[in-house]
Amino acid sequence: MDLRFTDEEIAFRKEVRDFIAKELPAETRERMIAGKSPTKDQVVDWQRKLNARGWAAPEWPKEAGGPGWTLAQRYIFREELQQAPAPSPLGFNINMCGPVIIEFGTEEQKKKYLPRMLNLDDWWCQGFSEPGAGSDLAGLKTRAVREGDHYVVNGQKTWTTLAQHADWIFLLVRTDPAAKKQEGISFLLCDMKTPGITVRPIITIEGGHEVNEVFFDDVKIPAENLVGEENKGWDCAKFLLGNERFGQARVGASRERIRRLKVIAQESMDGGRPLMEDPDFRRKVTEIEVELKALEMTVMRVIATETKRKDKKPDPATSVLKIKGTEIQQMCSELLMKAAGPYAWVDGDPDEEGASNDVDVAPDWAFGLAGVYFNWRKQSIYGGSNEIQRNIMAKAFLGL
Amino acid sequence: MDFDLTEEQRLLQDSVARLLGDKYGFEQRKAYMKAGDGWSREIWSQFAELGLLGLPFGEDEGGFGGGPVETLIVAEQIGRYITLEPWMSTVVIGGGFLRHGASQELRNELVPQVASGEMLLAFAQVERQSRYDLFDVATTAKRDGDGWVINGRKGYVVHGDSADRLIVTARVAGSQRDQKGIGVFLVDAKGPGVERRGYRTVDGQRAAEVEFSNARALAVLGNPEDGLPLVDQVVDECIAALAGEAVGAMQAVHDMTIDYMKTRQQFGRPIGSFQALQHRAADMLVALEQARSMSYFAAMSAAERNPEERRKAMAAVKVQIGRSARFVGQQSVQLHGGIAMTIEYAAGHYFKRLTVNDAMFGDADHYVRYLSESGGLVAAA
Repeated sequence: MDLRFTDEEIAFRKEVRDFIAKELPAETRERMIAGKSPTKDQVVDWQRKLNARGWAAPEWPKEAGGPGWTLAQRYIFREELQQAPAPSPLGFNINMCGPVIIEFGTEEQKKKYLPRMLNLDDWWCQGFSEPGAGSDLAGLKTRAVREGDHYVVNGQKTWTTLAQHADWIFLLVRTDPAAKKQEGISFLLCDMKTPGITVRPIITIEGGHEVNEVFFDDVKIPAENLVGEENKGWDCAKFLLGNERFGQARVGASRERIRRLKVIAQESMDGGRPLMEDPDFRRKVTEIEVELKALEMTVMRVIATETKRKDKKPDPATSVLKIKGTEIQQMCSELLMKAAGPYAWVDGDPDEEGASNDVDVAPDWAFGLAGVYFNWRKQSIYGGSNEIQRNIMAKAFLGL
Repeated sequence: MDFDLTEEQRLLQDSVARLLGDKYGFEQRKAYMKAGDGWSREIWSQFAELGLLGLPFGEDEGGFGGGPVETLIVAEQIGRYITLEPWMSTVVIGGGFLRHGASQELRNELVPQVASGEMLLAFAQVERQSRYDLFDVATTAKRDGDGWVINGRKGYVVHGDSADRLIVTARVAGSQRDQKGIGVFLVDAKGPGVERRGYRTVDGQRAAEVEFSNARALAVLGNPEDGLPLVDQVVDECIAALAGEAVGAMQAVHDMTIDYMKTRQQFGRPIGSFQALQHRAADMLVALEQARSMSYFAAMSAAERNPEERRKAMAAVKVQIGRSARFVGQQSVQLHGGIAMTIEYAAGHYFKRLTVNDAMFGDADHYVRYLSESGGLVAAA
């Protein structure tokens, strides 16, 4: 049992940190420190810088255009990005659709899509959830009917994150309505410019436009855009959802938020002294720091066991990552909002141009913190809600 | 980074698990509790045979040559069977003081006796006013010729009633809550001027109230004018071991709870089929796994050379272990229902051990305060 990083891994961390310090534009970093999402241009620019360095897809194998890193290197790389903070490689491209094409796609599909995914020439979005299929994803109804060399798709997807930026969408459709619900599903790739697609914004509680509804009205998708076999799309979906074992822990991101919290709580006054000097507040911060340290060690355990494991069965510790990772991030966002006191209540999406603080109504450090708090309630809902995670744990690990 | 055990470590784990699996069933444990010392001398000599009593000492002095990971391995098994023997007091704490504070001469004399099981040690530290502050010491040590004389009263001396030697913190100089001026002394537990009143603690272990009236010290451990850093170091090593014990106990009681949920029938089906209970069990698993992760962090940090960093790390360990132990302990009783409220059933005994484990050398709340006053784990930026 050796619980430290190796010298090579420590050197690798420095290499990543130096690269970020040199290449990450200051505006991107400042925007993220302020708690805002990076703009589309900032994400694209950064992804291309990573791609030029060969680092655009940390988890991909070398032959697909990845760097061929060990699990520990991938973890270190992502942690350094998160705590910089810098944008992560675009998840839809790199962690969702890309791996599915690598695993299930044809050679033509790999050649056509993967390089453009890496360089973010195409921005992808995910068409999984539907109004009637959330946690019960296999209950999806969007219908695809084969007609000659096309599928004709009709139906509605929802919660489609950043569809407004997307060039392509990967989606689950029902190709055999007579089969049992998991067995009649297929995985399709679709150009967002195809006639019949309508994207309608969903404005979330904090006022931001992040998610959308996507309507398909007689949309013709070439049959060659089917990934894997027809009616075997659920295998792709399961692979995609189970693919990321430690991505949702986001230890580096939470560490960055705690650092930020300590700065803000030093600025914000309470009872005539900085809030950070209030023992009750400080203890709340400490409780989160301890949980985060334990989570960090849990991530290490998952990396260490998965590196050796051949059967690809997840470690029981894996199940902790989503639940604890999101709980910690949500607690951080809540304390950040509370730290801002009355100045947290200026409404408006900080990502929007012409946001309220452009007319100087609150200290810059306070603006938008409530928005992030409200927005981050999504974390325990998406990616398999935390209650679904508990169901999985009860079944898979406890045998209940 | 590698969390796998070496071949030797696996053998150690197997041998302890095998011994306790054979000899430490719940009914056997009850019998040991009722016998003479409140624990088993027979088990103790088998611990000695397996090398568990010489675990932290160098092989050159007759020990096993184990480090924090070996200690963690044994402590987990101790927790899994909630054993009653004075291993933590004698080997982890006593052994810690011998390794870090004893003269070579004293080590030569005592280490073989500890390793063979003839010498039992106990740590006399708690006082009426001290609560969890290791530096809050009213007991005094005064120079007398070339030796020291101890006066004062110590409480909750774990396994103090069967100990052969007591390791006593006493004030040499300064006032009651000064960090400086604390010495650590070795005292003959059966010698003149030492009066012990033994009792059973709620978790089935033994402890003693000890009064010192002009008791002569046999030896000084470490610097008599400035012994607190030594105490901190030994206590930190013990916190790492306690983390292992807690994880072992949590694992055992969680397993027991899951088994019960699969067999207990109500409303015509196993109670484990109810989602409300499934989610609670899942949350217990989250708490257990976070605690297990933190026990590894503890083993890693026990050897940290910077004392402030080590103290902060162990404070974090205490917080996580204490929070998890409370949740797992309480919920294992809750999910069992009435059966776990009976003294005849094992779950409640694990719950009690976990509750006491949290409070050893300070509970989670105590260490949240300490850590928050020490700047936490993440630096502001």
